[in-house]
Formats: sequence, structure tokens, C-alpha cells
Amino acid sequence: MQSVKWLRKNLFSDVWNSALTLFALWVIYISVPPLLDWAIFKAVWEGNGNTCREITSGACWPFVKANLGQFIYGRYPESELWRVNLTFVLGVAGLIPMLMPSAPAKKWNLIYLVVAYPLIAIVLLAGDRPGLVGVDTSLWGGLLVTLVVAVTGIVVSLPLGILLALGRRSDMPAIRMLSIAFIEFWRGVPLVTVLFMASVMLPLFLPEGVSFDNLLRCLIGVALFSSAYMAEVVRGGLQAIPRGQYEAARAVGMSYWQTMGLIILPQALRHVIPGIVNTFIGLFKDTTLVLIVGIFDLLGQVRAQLSDPNWAVPEGATTGYVFAALVFWVFCFGMSRYSVFMERRLNTDHRN
Amino acid sequence: MRAAKSKGFGSISWTNPRLRSLVYQLLAIGGTVAIISFFVLTARANLERQHIASGFAFLDHTAGFGVIQALIPYTEESSYGRVFLVGLFNTLLVAVIGTVFAVALGFVIGVARLSNNWLIAKLAAVYVEVFRNIPLLLQLFFWYFVILRPLPGPRESIKLLPDVFLSNRGIVMPAFGSTQATLAFVLVTLATIIGVIIMRRWARKRFLATGQTFPDGRLSLALLVALPLGAALIFGAPFSLTPPVMGPFNFVGGWHLLPEFVALTFGLTVYTASFIAEIVRSGIQSVSKGQTEAAYAIGLNPSQTLRFVIIPQALRVIVPPLTSQVLNLTKNSSLAVAIAYPDLVAVFAGTVLNQTGQAIEVIAITMAVYLVISLATSYAMNVYNARVAIVER
Repeated sequence: MQSVKWLRKNLFSDVWNSALTLFALWVIYISVPPLLDWAIFKAVWEGNGNTCREITSGACWPFVKANLGQFIYGRYPESELWRVNLTFVLGVAGLIPMLMPSAPAKKWNLIYLVVAYPLIAIVLLAGDRPGLVGVDTSLWGGLLVTLVVAVTGIVVSLPLGILLALGRRSDMPAIRMLSIAFIEFWRGVPLVTVLFMASVMLPLFLPEGVSFDNLLRCLIGVALFSSAYMAEVVRGGLQAIPRGQYEAARAVGMSYWQTMGLIILPQALRHVIPGIVNTFIGLFKDTTLVLIVGIFDLLGQVRAQLSDPNWAVPEGATTGYVFAALVFWVFCFGMSRYSVFMERRLNTDHRN
Repeated sequence: MRAAKSKGFGSISWTNPRLRSLVYQLLAIGGTVAIISFFVLTARANLERQHIASGFAFLDHTAGFGVIQALIPYTEESSYGRVFLVGLFNTLLVAVIGTVFAVALGFVIGVARLSNNWLIAKLAAVYVEVFRNIPLLLQLFFWYFVILRPLPGPRESIKLLPDVFLSNRGIVMPAFGSTQATLAFVLVTLATIIGVIIMRRWARKRFLATGQTFPDGRLSLALLVALPLGAALIFGAPFSLTPPVMGPFNFVGGWHLLPEFVALTFGLTVYTASFIAEIVRSGIQSVSKGQTEAAYAIGLNPSQTLRFVIIPQALRVIVPPLTSQVLNLTKNSSLAVAIAYPDLVAVFAGTVLNQTGQAIEVIAITMAVYLVISLATSYAMNVYNARVAIVER
């Protein structure tokens, strides 16, 4: 009885509502069964390229299975893969307690993630230290590059963004103007042009003999680009702090940096955690753009494997793109759920 | 305090905040100037050593390559400056059409998320969560390489609407043309619009002065339909439609939309609409229920409540983030380069840069275009915000 009541109220309350329900059912009918057929029931699960050439009714999952290594690590040497795995594990180990609001020692955790971990990761991934073989960044690829670009972007943009946001709210006109010019410039141009600039224009600005590899140049571009966005997020948090907090801090004799570091920023950053996560989601999706300047991120690696003649199969491209979409979706959706969770938590903290 | 400070400079010591602030600012300006001049000097030396020309003279040189879509007359003999304009117009075309569709779709999905119908609300939520969590570039690749390119050729094309066909060559649709009645039709329509605006101003003025209402809404709708329609009846059809005809290999006549254009516009629309939907939803939710109840209590009917109470307040929340989404769409149209749609970045920062090697000038011009668009929009936004801002007591 309850369910019938629910149906009448939510789906068939009047003619218009019933029509909408029928329309929605029709949309589900034309989209879901073919999708399930393609992805599961009529898909190829075992075999190789030849199997996929014969059975073309659904996804070619062997393509993903056979190339999973490339999708995750790119062309990273097989004997050195433990270094990538260790980097992943160290990152996750630092991230999980950071994301749990109840975990202790947030300050040390943040210092580990923003200072220590990037240094460890650089040494582990690039090597070229005693005991480690150097691995050229042109061999990096797949999810590894996606994560390297995204994590570098966030690690650099957080401190830089905070400085820019403080600069934009500074009393000193010259500092304020410079910060505004910097922020508005990077926010006004598309990331594609930034990457073009990093890969073709930046070499012209460096003295003879000094050269960065392509990945590092793009990392610089991405970091500057995202710090402008981060600055605007942080500025929102700074604006939300009531004037009394500034005045009270000054009244007890704190200097500017003490006021900011001990009173204002801890509150402001807590307020904007959802905004920071959203910026990171945007950055994570934007990492795919590096393939335009010839770096193989996850999407670029999927495209590269598609040109392998062994896998020139009818459903190969669709399968590859759907797989990449699924990976990105899981990451981004997970982060956005976390952002919603934090938003609720922060709201209840202050209003109840 | 400020006045007292500004009288004298104060002591020359590090504890003097005015002196300290001055030193910091000079350091910041000096540092910026030093970095910029270092880059300029290195760049000049590098360009000289590599024998790369500098300056903007290349804009007059002959381009010598074709562009698959040009809204202004263009041939291979045209100059690089002309290529720039072609790319700019192609970018603006995608941006404008994408914006129109994305805003329309975004409003529909956003309202659908708040629907009383459980199924519709859930479908809209699924749409939003799917499309905003997948990178735009990946979506563009999907629409272009997976959906559009494997479509059958023009001979077996899919009929979307009468005389509108979809094939691997894109979309073919009837071409609009002008007739001798076009001018009269456009003039009558313009005159009607101006007349309606004047009438509504007058009606509002009279309402504020005397409280007498005037059926200006219904009347202006009637006028806007009747007068142009009358003009069309008197002077003849205002537009001619030339349907495409199947030729030996492809359609002849009609308007051809490139598959790259279709994929880019569609992808941008679908992606941006998912963000706009969330903005619309939160905008409508931001108007508290008490507003509706208060409007009913003073005797407004539901449509008046919507028009005078809910929409104006929701728009105040919706418009600023909506503008930034429109800007995002414009900037994201630069992903065109990945599927070879000839937008500004693809033809100018891509082909022209490769041919001339003048990276600095080309990238600077390209970035300047986007910067001008962004800054102009933010300026317009600030003006709008100032106008709709709540006047507090």
C-alpha cells in the first residue's frame, strides 16, 4: 500500500506528471538496455584482437585488459614499476588520514603531503640518484602522468594561491595590482594556449643551454594556471572572515603574518575546503589537455594504444574511451561526493 | 588615523609601517621588472641566434593554406591576418551557438532536477553527475571519433527532420536566403519591438503613478506575433528555404555543418549544460519558501509570483556564475584543436605558428583575444551586479 501511495504521489499525481513519467520511462528504455547489452551481455570478455574482430556486438574488454599496464604506467620500464607503485601507496597513505576530519595531527599530515611527499615522489619516479636508475619523463605515461600533473598542480597552487589571495587583499597598492594582473591574466586565457605557450614559447625565454623537458614545462604552465584559480577560491574564504577577527588579532599585538597564519587562514581555508576540492576536480579533468602538446596522460595513452594494429578492431575506440571515461568519472565523482560531505559538515559545525 | 599618517612620512626605521610597505612595494615592482626584462633580453638574443623574424609584419604575408570553414571570404592567397579573422569568427560562432543551446538545456535540466516527478528528477541528476565528471576533451573525442565519424556516408545519411540529414560529413540543412520581402519584414519586426518597449514603459509608469494595470504582457505578445505575420502575408515570404539535393557524391545546396563543428558544439553544449543546470537549481532553491507564501498572501497569482518575486531573486544568484560558465565555454572551445575544427587556436596558434615560427607574437595575439573577451565580460558582469545588488538600509 505504501508503495502504491508513493507511486501516485511522485509519479502519477496528475496528467502532466504521468506524461513526464512515461517520457522518463521511454528515455530509460531506449538507453539502458542497449548500454547494458553493449557493456556486459554482448561484450567480448576473453580473447584477443581477432576475437574482437569477429564479435562486434559489444565492448572489446580484452583491449583494456591487455593494455592495462600502459594505461597505468605508460612506457615506464617494467623492472622499475615498484617505484611507481610505492609512490602511489605513499600518496594514498598520506591522503586518507588527511581526508578524515577526525584523524589527528592535521598539521604534520599537511606538511607531509605538501612538502615531504612531492620530494620523495620526484626522487622515486625520476630517479637519477645513487641506487636508482634514472627514468626519462618521456617514458612516463597513462594514469601516472595524469596524477603527476594533477598533484603538482594542487601542491604548487595551494601555497601560491594563498600568497596571491593575500596579495589581492593587501593594503599595498603595488602588491595588489600585481596580484590582480597575475590572477586575471591566467584566469582569462584557456589552458590550451597556456600549454602551447609552455611548450613552444617558453624555450625562447630561457638562456642558451638551459632547457626543461616537455613535461616539466607543462607542469609549470599548469601550476601557474591553477594557482590563479586557487587564489580566487582562497579569497572567497578570506572575505568570509569577519573584520573583528583581524582587529582582535591586531589588538593582542600580532604581526601581519601571525594574524594571517594563526587566526585568519586556518579559519578561511577550512571554509573553502569544498572550493579547493572542486578546483582540484577541474584540474584533474584538465590534465587531459596535455595530450595536445604530445604528453601521454591516461587519455593520450588510450589513444596511443588504439593505433596499435593488433587492436584495430571495430569496437576498440569506443571501449577505450568508455574505459578512460569510467576511470575519470570514478575519481571526479568520488571527489565531488567528498566535497559535498565536507560542505555539510562545515555547515552544521557553524549553525547548530 | 590615515589623515594623521599622511601628514609626514615618519621616522626612517624598520618599525615604521609606511616605510616598510614602501620598501616591499618597490621590491615587488623591481622584481617584476627584473624578471620581465630578463625574459625579454633572453628572448631577443635567442631569436637573433635562431634567425627568427620578429614583429607583426607576417600578418600581411600570404598564408598559402586552406581552411575548411570560413565565414568570411578566404582563399589560399589570403594573408595571415585574414586567417586570424577566420579563426576568430569560427571561435565566436561555436561560442555563441554553444552558449544558446547550453543555457537552454541547462535551464531545462536544472528545473527538471527540482521536479516533483521522482523519475525526472533522478534522470536529470544522473545527467549532471555523468557529464560534469568526465573530461570535456574525452567527451569531444567520443562524439567525434566514436559517434560522428563512423556514421554512413551522405547517400545513406540519417534523416533527422524533413530536409535535415546527418552523415559522416556532418549535418546538411536547408539554406536560408533573402527575398525581396526580407527588408520589409525585418523593418516591421524592429518597429514592433521598439513600439512594444515604449508601450511597456508607459504601462509601467502609469501603473506606478495610478495603480491601474494594463494588459501589456498579452498585448505585446499579440503585437509581436501579429505585425510580422501581417507583413509576411502582405509582402510575401520573408525568407526562402533552399533544401539540399542529393548530388552524385554529396548533397548539393543547403547549409553544410562540418562534423568537427557538430561534435564541438554538441560536446560543449552537453558538458556546459551540466554545470548550468546546477547553477539554475541552486539559484531557484536560494529563494526561500517564505517569499512565495508572502507573494500569495498579498494576492499575487502563481504566474505573477514567478515573474515578480521568484525569477528576479533567482536570477540575482544565477547570472554571475552563469556568465563564468559562458566564459568557460568560450575558453573551452579552444579544445577544437584536438578534433581539427578550425578555431582561433587551431588555425592561428597551430598552423600559422608552425609556418611562421613566430611563437611569441602568435601566442600573444591568441591570448590577448581571450583576455579581451574575458575582461569585457567581467566588466559587463560588474555593471550588472551593481544594478541588481540589494539596496541595504
